[in-house]
Amino acid sequence: MRRHLPVLLLLSGIAGLIPVACGKAAGEQSGNFTLGDPATENRTRQEAVSRAAPPPPLSEDTFPCSDCHDPEIPVNREPRPMAMAHDEIPLEHDPENMWCLACHDADARDMLHLAGGRKVPFEESYRLCAQCHGAKFQDWKAGIHGRRTGQWGGEKEILLCANCHSAHSPSFKPIQPELPPLRPETTR
Amino acid sequence: MTTTEHSRRDFVCAIAGCAAAMAAGGCSDFTHTPFFKKCFRDMRPQQIAVLLADLTQKNKHRFGRDVEITATTSQPGVEFGYALDLSRCVGCRRCVHACVEENNQSRDPQIHWIRVLEMEKQKGIDFAHADPYYEAEEVPREGHFYLPVACQQCENPPCVSSCPVGATWQEPDGITVIDPDWCIGCRCCISACPYGARHFNWAEPEIPAAELNPQMHVIGNRPRPKGVVEKCTFCIQRVRSGRYPACVEACPVGARKFGNLLDPASEIRQVLDTKNVFVLKSELNTRPRFFYFYGD
Repeated sequence: MRRHLPVLLLLSGIAGLIPVACGKAAGEQSGNFTLGDPATENRTRQEAVSRAAPPPPLSEDTFPCSDCHDPEIPVNREPRPMAMAHDEIPLEHDPENMWCLACHDADARDMLHLAGGRKVPFEESYRLCAQCHGAKFQDWKAGIHGRRTGQWGGEKEILLCANCHSAHSPSFKPIQPELPPLRPETTR
Repeated sequence: MTTTEHSRRDFVCAIAGCAAAMAAGGCSDFTHTPFFKKCFRDMRPQQIAVLLADLTQKNKHRFGRDVEITATTSQPGVEFGYALDLSRCVGCRRCVHACVEENNQSRDPQIHWIRVLEMEKQKGIDFAHADPYYEAEEVPREGHFYLPVACQQCENPPCVSSCPVGATWQEPDGITVIDPDWCIGCRCCISACPYGARHFNWAEPEIPAAELNPQMHVIGNRPRPKGVVEKCTFCIQRVRSGRYPACVEACPVGARKFGNLLDPASEIRQVLDTKNVFVLKSELNTRPRFFYFYGD
């Protein structure tokens, strides 16, 4: 699924709320991660050096989006089912109100945009999510929601919304559980 | 009568003489031998060093691999706390198996420090009808929720007060630990724990050498002998060097939160300050440092 996502995103820009990623290598993207809000700034210096996880990768042949989306071609902004490309992207993220261009930018094809029009790169896709999911965003910034690895009092890697939730179908999908414990009567 | 007195005196003198001879001969480390060894809690740094060297040697020999056993102490100003988001947990048991691998739990007979209980949403939290043995193609199952239980790291731990020999105690950072060499295997602590968090090694624990975690703490995940009790230590070998416990990192849904209760900016304090949390069996006044909450 994740492997397909990239392909889908780019060509006609079907969007969920959260855009997925960009094609850079992980190492290039991990800089200092400060969200610039009081809760984070008050933390210890160690806490502030936490890194944002690289967004889920797009394959090289699908990014940049502008390779296929030629700016010369007029943009059809009418919401419609995808026929030529990206038709495998499930539109399960408030489909009544959102379509590709709710998040993907038709003018700057390699960017996303906020509701007010401000363009943001794929690395900051969480800003789009925060527009609707404000309370969850606050929890995520505080470390209550979401997954983190590394050090409890120091440097950690913080997964972005799109690392766990598919932007186009965000609910967490059921997974196979690992083996149950043995019943006492079967053990020696 | 006279003969008896003479022999007793001879015996005492002989013992004193031996001790003096050992001390004079540089054999000052006999206190680590099984007979003379103290409880880990009462050991002096020099005795700990001897113990670590001895344990390293034994485990190297047993598993044929290099191991590193540390005795990292608690940091001042740190008291660990844990929170688990029940609205996130899907019951996948990734935490259980990550814990087994990290903490060198016996594969046969099987020991799991974490037990994930499946409960029915209709009944709510109901230990009497909870099922830890659920099998499913996919989780979460319709109409069910999941509640993982391990050691609650109580502030008022009944297991500690029930130990007749002082083999288990609470560290300054709040982690309740066991000295496996001091434990006599009476299992009083197992009966005392209201959470089923303590486990007994009924047979010699089996751990495949290839699966051994060579990064060990002396009162944490070093392989335990047969006949002693063991339990979750919040991954003492990891958290005392700043890392998250293994279960926190293994959780695919980010339901597990860990940090320093004394740091107002820590993740665990953010949970306690902004969410409604509860502890299990609060009526028992065990005062757990393990909290549950509903993030949604």
